[in-house]
Amino acid sequence: MTTATAKPATGPAGYDRPGFGRVMLAEWTKIRTVRSTLWSLILLIVLDIGFTALFVGLTMAQWDKTDPGDRARIAADPVSFILGSGFFLGQLTICVLGVLVIASEYSTGMIRASLLAVPRRLPMLWAKALVFALVVLVLGVAVSFVSFFVGAAIIGDRMEVSLGDEGVLRAVIGGGLYLAMLGLFALAIGAIVRHTAGGITGVIGFVLVLAPLAALLPGSIGEHVHAYLPSEAGTLIAKAHQGQDDLLTPWQGYGVFALWTFALLALAAFLLNRRDA
Amino acid sequence: MIEAENLTKRYGDKTAVDDLSFTVVPGRVTGFLGPNGAGKSTTMRLLLGLDRPDRGDARIHGRHYRDLNAPLRVVGALLEARAVHTGRSAYNHLLCLAQTQGIGRKRVEEVVELVGLAGAARKRAGGFSLGMGQRLGIAAALLGDPSVLVLDEPVNGLDPEGIVWVRTLMQRLAAEGRTVFVSSHLMNEMAVTAEHLIVIGRGRLIADCSTEEFIERSTEKTVTVRSPDAARLADIVAAEGGKAAPGDDGLLTVTNMEAPRVGELAAAEGIVLHELTPTRGSLETAFMELTRESVEYGAAAGAVPAPGPAPGAVPGIVPSEEGEPR
Repeated sequence: MTTATAKPATGPAGYDRPGFGRVMLAEWTKIRTVRSTLWSLILLIVLDIGFTALFVGLTMAQWDKTDPGDRARIAADPVSFILGSGFFLGQLTICVLGVLVIASEYSTGMIRASLLAVPRRLPMLWAKALVFALVVLVLGVAVSFVSFFVGAAIIGDRMEVSLGDEGVLRAVIGGGLYLAMLGLFALAIGAIVRHTAGGITGVIGFVLVLAPLAALLPGSIGEHVHAYLPSEAGTLIAKAHQGQDDLLTPWQGYGVFALWTFALLALAAFLLNRRDA
Repeated sequence: MIEAENLTKRYGDKTAVDDLSFTVVPGRVTGFLGPNGAGKSTTMRLLLGLDRPDRGDARIHGRHYRDLNAPLRVVGALLEARAVHTGRSAYNHLLCLAQTQGIGRKRVEEVVELVGLAGAARKRAGGFSLGMGQRLGIAAALLGDPSVLVLDEPVNGLDPEGIVWVRTLMQRLAAEGRTVFVSSHLMNEMAVTAEHLIVIGRGRLIADCSTEEFIERSTEKTVTVRSPDAARLADIVAAEGGKAAPGDDGLLTVTNMEAPRVGELAAAEGIVLHELTPTRGSLETAFMELTRESVEYGAAAGAVPAPGPAPGAVPGIVPSEEGEPR
């Protein structure tokens, strides 16, 4: 679609086409100048680190009374236990913020101003997705590290957890990677639904409701459906190594999550181009 | 320069814009007039690439809006519906729009100053009154110093001072050689603002002419005469081919005859005149005449024909809350 109009224009229309960097700068301004961003991200930090301390602390306090099976499961991959305790609830803030970033443009009418400025539309969507994913990635990795150190300190000498262990560093960075991809996933759904409440319900349905439901499916079908669900596959990246019951390796799981996300983003882009704003 | 060619847009089975063609030239204010629901906002959205036409084409400086390289530097648009994030300050709203086009902060501050929002620029736009929202919309339109302005109902919600300000601004922009295309359902506002009119009803073109010609063409000229001998004068006027409708207090409303001729006839017969005033219909009247057939949400637009409107009732132009289809 760019080839036909790529010829430099003359006359009043002869300004240079603003580069993608400009659109990204604008999206950065947009994201940093609304309060919902700040509050969601503060809530992410508080929930993630708070629940890491709470879950890991409670589990350690009960350690001697804990079922040996559970103890073995935690001891097999303590980093996954620590990180999972943190983003179990913390991830919901990213789900909400991802939807808000795009759906609030529709609910307020801002989308019309945005599309008048970037009438080819797709650069706006890509810039928004990229800026948001980068913000979440940076913060997500930082929160992951803090969560890890807090959890490891609480576990203390009960178990050996160190960043130097095989797969641990990747898992901690993976915690940030998971949140960034989850943000894109939510943003894509927000762009498709174009409605804040509907979008948030949709994403949370995917993340929190679908997985337990799929687990109810009988036998190997249930296992496979469950394993390939976006958030289930995605969280594998925050494990130090593939667990006994896992069908996918950490990177395979992340790949499955990425495929879900990119498919939804592609649908969002298709609809953005087609629909009247 | 704005060109619309056979623009057609349907929403479901409702045709909002129907084979509409017109050209808006630079250097003058062109009014876009029509009753509520006539398709004005839809037409503007089609011009701006927000909606896709089912048929036809809309071009600005010969290009589709979508293909403009730096659209805000070419076209400044104010949309009827608000297009601002309620949680963002006016300044940051303008800044993020400016950044997409490489427009600097200095220009953002300039337009904030220009529209009189300097005191409120750091406040969240969600708390703005209708009038402040309009000013912010106008600031966004002026951001890129564009050569084309597309303004949908810009005086909506403004106080009288604001209305005069917008009117003066539009006329100044047009005088600078810009293309100014402004919609309104307020006929009298357009009469004093626009030099040229494009009038639509039910999505179809009704008139495309100068404001003067529009009034001329579509209103009857009448002569108001007052005389103590009105009955005799009425007969004489009728005998000479005019029409005289009698009123109270010796009043006659004469059509089909110019004022001087009425005066001559009265003088020839020695009839005393107390008043002799040529009057011409206002734009308001002209507009109602022309759009009577095509009013979308009018009182008389029901399926069952009313047994004639009550005397003094204004047919048609009833502002509707429903607005235009989205």
